[in-house]
Amino acid sequence: MGSIFSPQQIVNGLQLGAIYALIALGYTMVYGIVRLINFAHGDFFMVGAYAAFGSFFMFNFLLPPGNGLAFIVLILAMAAGAAIAVITDYFAYKPLRYKPKLSSLVTAIGVSMLLEYAFSAIPVIGPSPRGFPEVLPKQMFHFAQVDISNYVIVDLAVAGVLMIGLTFLIQRTALGRAMRAVSQDKDAAKLMGINVDRIISLTFLIGGAFAGAAGLLAGLTYPRIQPYMGILPGLKAFIAAVLGGIGSIPGAVLGAFIMGIAETCATAYNSLLGEGIAFVILIVVLLLRPSGIFGEKTADKI
Amino acid sequence: MGTLKKMKLVLAALTFYAVVQVLNLAGILNGYFMVIINRSLIAVIFAVSLNLINGITGQFSLGHMGFAAVGAYVSGTLTTLFFHLNLNHPFDNLGFLAAILLGGLMASLAGFLIGFPSLRLKGDYLAIVTLGFGEIIRTILNNISYVGGPRGLLGIPKFSNFTVIFLFALATIVLIRNLVQSSIGRSMLSIRENELASELVGVDTTRYKVLGFVVGAFFAGIGGGLLAHLLQIAHPTQYGFYASALILIMVYVGGIGSLTGSIIAAFSLTFLTEGLRVGIDWLRDTVGVPIGTEWTMVIYAVLLILIMLFKTEGLMGMREAKILIIKEKEG
Repeated sequence: MGSIFSPQQIVNGLQLGAIYALIALGYTMVYGIVRLINFAHGDFFMVGAYAAFGSFFMFNFLLPPGNGLAFIVLILAMAAGAAIAVITDYFAYKPLRYKPKLSSLVTAIGVSMLLEYAFSAIPVIGPSPRGFPEVLPKQMFHFAQVDISNYVIVDLAVAGVLMIGLTFLIQRTALGRAMRAVSQDKDAAKLMGINVDRIISLTFLIGGAFAGAAGLLAGLTYPRIQPYMGILPGLKAFIAAVLGGIGSIPGAVLGAFIMGIAETCATAYNSLLGEGIAFVILIVVLLLRPSGIFGEKTADKI
Repeated sequence: MGTLKKMKLVLAALTFYAVVQVLNLAGILNGYFMVIINRSLIAVIFAVSLNLINGITGQFSLGHMGFAAVGAYVSGTLTTLFFHLNLNHPFDNLGFLAAILLGGLMASLAGFLIGFPSLRLKGDYLAIVTLGFGEIIRTILNNISYVGGPRGLLGIPKFSNFTVIFLFALATIVLIRNLVQSSIGRSMLSIRENELASELVGVDTTRYKVLGFVVGAFFAGIGGGLLAHLLQIAHPTQYGFYASALILIMVYVGGIGSLTGSIIAAFSLTFLTEGLRVGIDWLRDTVGVPIGTEWTMVIYAVLLILIMLFKTEGLMGMREAKILIIKEKEG
């Protein structure tokens, strides 16, 4: 295996970081706009993984495993993630939007529990882990002492394309401008004729779709899915978003890659440290620089 | 007269104790019911102490069972691994009490450490830190083979019985009530209502926030120790995020800030859990419906969401039962 910071670990860390980045983007966008830690976001990721699992078996009759099938599965996983996110927002968060912030947080915990336990209670899904099918045939490349599978490339490519698309949407389109406006000042945005509720739904839709895509990628890369699989990656992606500065999109991506690399390297050193490194990072960040790398300092208004 | 009024809560509690004991001796409440009652009383300790942190002081802890784990493992290690206490030795009962209190003290030390970041963090960030704390505790326990690792700490002597648990639960309620209704409690409430304003009128917010965590964690540790000596096992999964979330549900269902609500919710939800379990077993084994115990948690999740959406203040709101209110002196 070599040393802790071997190139192999960095590659594994980047792969994990790409998955965290897709989840972290949803956290940071939702937080940026409605100031809510969406506890259920990790479960949107789980829903995406199961949607990918189900759609693989639906379409495997028509297509052999390969790029075409993987693309269809990716689209369906994203659609499922987006749908569950928009539904959750509509039924659970929207009625509480102007109530104290902690009530939405508690509701989010409730939604998270509901999704996890409902998925393990439904007999077709069940609580036990399932092996994830090879949607793409796996190939290994050997490159300068580093083993790289095509999954690494797929993970990074999917994450990269989605992130570039998101940056374009936010920076270059009218919709993106409206999103930025809502995140700065909801009331002023409303006065400018922006439909704030629609923008919030859209934010949940994009965040959910990204989490769904991450679900497929995680299923491919670590081929075991279960109803509780969203808890820890969700938490770690959230910590990545805090590390980068919550509300900041480049911050979430950078934080996620730092988190991915830190975790693989720490695990190579000691498995206990690997499990705990995310929380160590969180506590250090919150004590030294609570606003994160790219975050803006905010002061209490009197 | 005056002292009698002050003792109303204790009298009510003693009546409850006497009724349960008589029914138990008469054979109406069998061992199964006694276990549920004991678990309800321990749930009361957890819910009331969490209410002090989340409801009264207005902080947000998602790792309450992490404190309970500290209490359970510290006391369990002392009674089981260090001193091999034995139920038949009369003096060992004192050792058990000392171990429980020491577990509570260690938990309050953990509460002090966690209370510290709360000086800088608010609401949702604090929720994540406390959640992280709970997970760190669980991870550490999973990896210490001396206390059993993922197998859990086994063979803990069954020192907890109805009387001990009842006395600790009563002490928890009385002490936290007295704290809440003292000037310290009013300072804590002022932090919840508006931290900035209470700091401006001279409340030492730092001190009271940390105090809330320390006291809440102490009682959670006591509850954890009692639970370990009731179930005769301490297992890392007993103290995970969902165990903490269950206590949180009790506090929110009962009413955030209302000790009465927490007590009622702790009892009713513990009984509901048992009832649902029995009902689900019956549906599966007798009727043949293929359903699992996961539905219990599905129902709780829906309950929590519905409470938050339609009755955010919980069943009791901010109200307290009359016997839990200390009367101000007249004149």
